[in-house]
Amino acid sequence: MTFVSSGYDPEKPMENRITDIGPKKYDEFYPPVIAKNKGKWLYHEILEPGVLVHVSETGDEVYTVRVGGARLMSVSLIREICDIADKHCDGYVRWTTRNNIEFMIDSKDKVKPLIDDLESRKFDGGSYKFPVGGTGAGITNIVHTQGWLHCHTPATDASGPVKATMDVLFEDFKDMRMPSQLRVSLACCLNMCGAVHCSDIAMLGYHRKPPMVDHEYLDKMCEIPLAIAACPTAAIKPKKVEVGGKTLNSVEVNNSRCMYCGNCYTMCPCLPLMDKEGDGVVLMVGGKVSNSRTAPKFSKVAVAFLPNTAPRWPETTDAIKKIVEVYASDARKYERLGEWAERIGWERFFEKCELEFTHHLIDDFRDPAYYTWRQTTNFKF
Amino acid sequence: MAKHETPLLDQLESGPWPSFVSDMKQEAEARAKKAGEMNYQIPVDVVDDLLGVLELSYVDGETHWKHGGIVGVFGYGGGVIGRYCDQPEKFPGVAHFHTMRINQPGGKFYNTDYLRKICDLWDFRGSGLTNMHGSTGDIIFLGTTTPQLEEIFWELTHNLGQDLGGSGSNLRTPSDCIGQARCEWACYDTQDLCYQLTVDYQDELHRPAFPYKFKFKFDGCPNCCVASIARADMAFVGTWKDEIRIDQEAVKAYVGGEVKPNGNAHAGRDWGAFDIEKEVINLCPTECMRYENGKLEINNRECTRCMHCINVMPRALRPGVQGGCSILVGAKAPILDGAQMGSLLIPFVEVNKESGYEEIKDVIEPIWDWWMEEGKNRERLGELMKRRGFQQLLEAVGVDAMPQHVSEPRHNPYIFWKEEEVPGGFEMDINEFRKRHLR
Repeated sequence: MTFVSSGYDPEKPMENRITDIGPKKYDEFYPPVIAKNKGKWLYHEILEPGVLVHVSETGDEVYTVRVGGARLMSVSLIREICDIADKHCDGYVRWTTRNNIEFMIDSKDKVKPLIDDLESRKFDGGSYKFPVGGTGAGITNIVHTQGWLHCHTPATDASGPVKATMDVLFEDFKDMRMPSQLRVSLACCLNMCGAVHCSDIAMLGYHRKPPMVDHEYLDKMCEIPLAIAACPTAAIKPKKVEVGGKTLNSVEVNNSRCMYCGNCYTMCPCLPLMDKEGDGVVLMVGGKVSNSRTAPKFSKVAVAFLPNTAPRWPETTDAIKKIVEVYASDARKYERLGEWAERIGWERFFEKCELEFTHHLIDDFRDPAYYTWRQTTNFKF
Repeated sequence: MAKHETPLLDQLESGPWPSFVSDMKQEAEARAKKAGEMNYQIPVDVVDDLLGVLELSYVDGETHWKHGGIVGVFGYGGGVIGRYCDQPEKFPGVAHFHTMRINQPGGKFYNTDYLRKICDLWDFRGSGLTNMHGSTGDIIFLGTTTPQLEEIFWELTHNLGQDLGGSGSNLRTPSDCIGQARCEWACYDTQDLCYQLTVDYQDELHRPAFPYKFKFKFDGCPNCCVASIARADMAFVGTWKDEIRIDQEAVKAYVGGEVKPNGNAHAGRDWGAFDIEKEVINLCPTECMRYENGKLEINNRECTRCMHCINVMPRALRPGVQGGCSILVGAKAPILDGAQMGSLLIPFVEVNKESGYEEIKDVIEPIWDWWMEEGKNRERLGELMKRRGFQQLLEAVGVDAMPQHVSEPRHNPYIFWKEEEVPGGFEMDINEFRKRHLR
């Protein structure tokens, strides 16, 4: 490889430098039918799973074909998406918040050729490149984080469990038989780069062991006060240690206070806490962000721990499949998973889903805990 | 022939859902094939080594990435996340594997000309792997080396008219829903407000000056498709002030079964004939609707604009025409003090393009001032609000308290009165007191 300069001169970094220009302006990329009808849309309809039509007051229609995609995407695949968009959609395409890809066209007769084209494309390994679906009362794509692929704090992988889960839920990506939309998310650690704390079903990577202390290097690599201040439960205090005959400044972790959040590790690389046996998945359920009918809700912990069984996380996908099927058969039309669980009562939720209720599921973290205990005689046997 | 054996990852190639492993393998092959003609600026086998290190994580059950170092582009404090592999000798192609965040366009609309240019740049100077998109919204360039950062930034700004997004303790890349571009429910132009604030606050986005991260998200209606209410320090959620628009003929069409409810979203199962009483009237949280003699009536004064009836009958009902947004503040994920939902601060503000959104900036900037003054290192706005109280936020922004601010009034009478609120103030004369009350 020989280095090729872009034109940037490291000796004169400010020369001809362009900064603070922000993103491309949105309307540079609107397909003509979108540009013409923005703000004029009257209503929409889902023609079949993955296919929407929006109708404008001008009489124009835009047909959208939604396909699932892995959030991790190569330039080869993006170029293939461009080829499809050039062939069918006059060179326009968009992504959704949930990592789906949307191809938009301005007339109905273009829909079928587009779908046929999309569904015909497969990877060498056999999976679909562009499965059509993800609309309405079904299960759409999983929003997720980086996991073992590119992050320093994960307690589980992201792309792998998502692939495994979507394989299990695939029929419901292509169907709309659920009582309401069902949103699944994954965050690979407590930082929750994905908004899993308000999802119908959430997989959350969780550590279960307090950090190790790399005494020999800690004072050289970390600001001890920052590491101490980073702990939300005040479990870390300064400590002098003897290593190889030398007295070193380091820290001590009060294991019984640690909630394994990894916040200290983010501030100090000498406090790693990942561990094969310790790390795994917490399953949370019943969250929502929509204000429809009921206020947005946080997800609640339904399963305290499931192991990281790579490559397909069967314990996790089995539990999710079970919850999905019980919800699908028991909830009323329009009822989100959390609304259903609250109507039947959480004692019934655990019974119907055949999930064990353990002490881990009773909140004991600070003030909000009290508000989750039952302060009434109303309960079900 | 693959560089590393990946028997565990290989098991993620089967099954119907798009396989990221297959995609990575195709990219690894594409790079190897073009190695002769392309003068790749980072190792040709970068994707092979990424597959290798990921396979090792599948065996070990642990990540093999180290903390980010301080890398970036000159003059910016964000947009690049340093990333190094902790097994660099086994996987030299990903020894240095930094992320760049590229500020996505509104609504994530693209044309293929732009996308191809992005691909060409990233193919040449990076791993050729992206996230479309990261959780916050950016296009993520996954993996390049330190010497390429300035080169990529130069090409982005000079050839593509494109800037980096945010990372670190600054304004993170704002993101929006599809909004009025293709949704009939958007109560304001999410993409324009998002764009304008992003451009106007470039300094806050690129140069960390805050106690911690700060997120703006823009949802066009209370359905909250970008989850602003759950994950943005400031959530701008579209709403309306006037009456839900009703097309009575279309209501009859729903009742008569000529139009499928909920935009046909429930077509995968036979739920029986549409029942407006059961599916709309009785599910209205404020019981402000009735259907009598073939006519739908809504007591709009009692409506809280939850969207359920509009979601169910999109051809018959539309949000009112006096659109604007509610501003909710303080949402965040659980680290550190537990998850927080956004709390309503401004029930309604006009989203006024002509004024340059001055009315909205008049809310944003005092909040930033208060947070920068009072916030501790790594304290999100929501945590500061909990620590200092909602009243302090109201004072900082100059907003009067109103019942809309609470779900219910306080449970305790431990009110911190201000001295000026109590006649005579806090200074009392003990001698005068003793004249009335003997020791």
